[in-house]
Amino acid sequence: MSMSAIVTTNLTKRYGDLVAVDNLNISIESGEIFGILGPNGAGKTTTIMMLCTLLKPTSGTATVNGFDVVKHPSRVRESIGIVFQDPSSDDTLTGYENLKLHALMYDVPMKEIDARIDRVMTLVDLKDRMHDIVKKYSGGMRRRMEIARGLLHEPKILFLDEPTIGLDPQTREHMWKYIESLAKRLNMTIILTTHYMEEAENLCRRVAIVDHGKIAVLDTPANLIASIGGDISVKTHSIDMNDVFFHYTGRAIREEEGDDMGRLRAYTNVRQSNNK
Amino acid sequence: MKLRRIFKGIYAIWYREVKVFLREKSRLVSAIFMPLFWYFIFGAGIGSIASQTAVPGENYQHFIFPGFLAMVIIFNAMFNGAYVVWDRKVDFLKEVLVAPLSRTTIFMGKVLGGMTDALAQALILLFIGIVLGVPFTFFSVILSIFTLFIFAIGLVSLGLIIGAFMESPEGFGLVSSFAVYPLFLLAGAFYPLSNLPGWMQVMTHFDPATYAVDALRNVILGASSLPYLTNVAIILGFDVVLVIIGTWAFNRMKL
Repeated sequence: MSMSAIVTTNLTKRYGDLVAVDNLNISIESGEIFGILGPNGAGKTTTIMMLCTLLKPTSGTATVNGFDVVKHPSRVRESIGIVFQDPSSDDTLTGYENLKLHALMYDVPMKEIDARIDRVMTLVDLKDRMHDIVKKYSGGMRRRMEIARGLLHEPKILFLDEPTIGLDPQTREHMWKYIESLAKRLNMTIILTTHYMEEAENLCRRVAIVDHGKIAVLDTPANLIASIGGDISVKTHSIDMNDVFFHYTGRAIREEEGDDMGRLRAYTNVRQSNNK
Repeated sequence: MKLRRIFKGIYAIWYREVKVFLREKSRLVSAIFMPLFWYFIFGAGIGSIASQTAVPGENYQHFIFPGFLAMVIIFNAMFNGAYVVWDRKVDFLKEVLVAPLSRTTIFMGKVLGGMTDALAQALILLFIGIVLGVPFTFFSVILSIFTLFIFAIGLVSLGLIIGAFMESPEGFGLVSSFAVYPLFLLAGAFYPLSNLPGWMQVMTHFDPATYAVDALRNVILGASSLPYLTNVAIILGFDVVLVIIGTWAFNRMKL
């Protein structure tokens, strides 16, 4: 039997009347790549923020690597790495300096710091650019640098919040392969949120489809696709995750995807309600 | 938490502050030129009317020099506080707050980083002062640096406290300028406090910069209203209070 990396029990977050995460119960096994799939505003990021101790749950509990997120936040933080949805590096520093700062904060042995930075920056193909100021990086490079940073302290559990958002399709596929090989080699548990169907289908061992803060369904991509095999409305073409999403939530994921402005608005709303 | 972790955490935060500071040349340049601008324009202008009446027997520009050293510390401390707000806006704060460091460790790192920046700039101004003929001795340079050092602890903490509470850079700008100008103008940088009306004299007692300016004047010009050690003790008192409030503010700070 494999140990659970993450267990949530009735995990809930409310902002006034809005229930962002509604009695979430999931158990993520050690070593699996677990996907949380849903449209923007479904509560994916809120869930991640609670699991990484940056946001206090309104009610319910969660343990990460065996530690309670409210009672032992620093033990949780020692166990995890996280790549945030929005860039969170200092763009006046170089890539190397951002990683060194990270290594110091996570108590990576001094003698190992430079070697590890070399290794992770090689992994994300940024070794020859690591002494450039981050301002000069493209969006994709910065994201890769932040993924490298998340790996630097070799966490047991890695959170990836929309890891490939805003990346071009080629880079995205490259990133998938990379995440997959990492999980295998380091036996790392990876939790990723996404609103890309292909990402959930290709990468994740199990997927939770969330909508309005609740889990609509949770299973392996193959089982999810098989489960709606009898649905007449989708028989005209080969079934994929889009159909699965439609079947369980009653709408297409694109309806809420919107354009960049919509994303920005959704983001601003969350920020404002956070500040209340 | 292990002591090594705490020291490495403090070093990490300090490392970042100093790297950013060294990279932003405009900050360095403005920090040096603004006090010089005041020294020459304001010092010469007001000095022409003030020297006979306000401070008999003193060169007015020498009289106000300690005030500018304090000014560099005050402005820098506020600048540092603004970084907290900025870090929150650009999401860098998330990366720091999700790290396994206590908020107290982060605060200490920020205080040390801010002090390093502020002292580096004050030192440059101090050496310019020597070149301009402010009567420094080797001994008074050492004591001035010590005075600026303990003054910076409290002021950097004050900047960080404001930064921890403010959510927008605009809000920070407003509140910090409410703090900066009274701190500076009530410190007796331009005029002897003994000539002030009573209510204003009372207010000067609550300004840590008053004691810093007085202590620096004691060390550099040999004239002050309080003995040097009394000034030092009061500045350290302010430090203790502001560091405690700052630690509390960081611990309750939200993302």
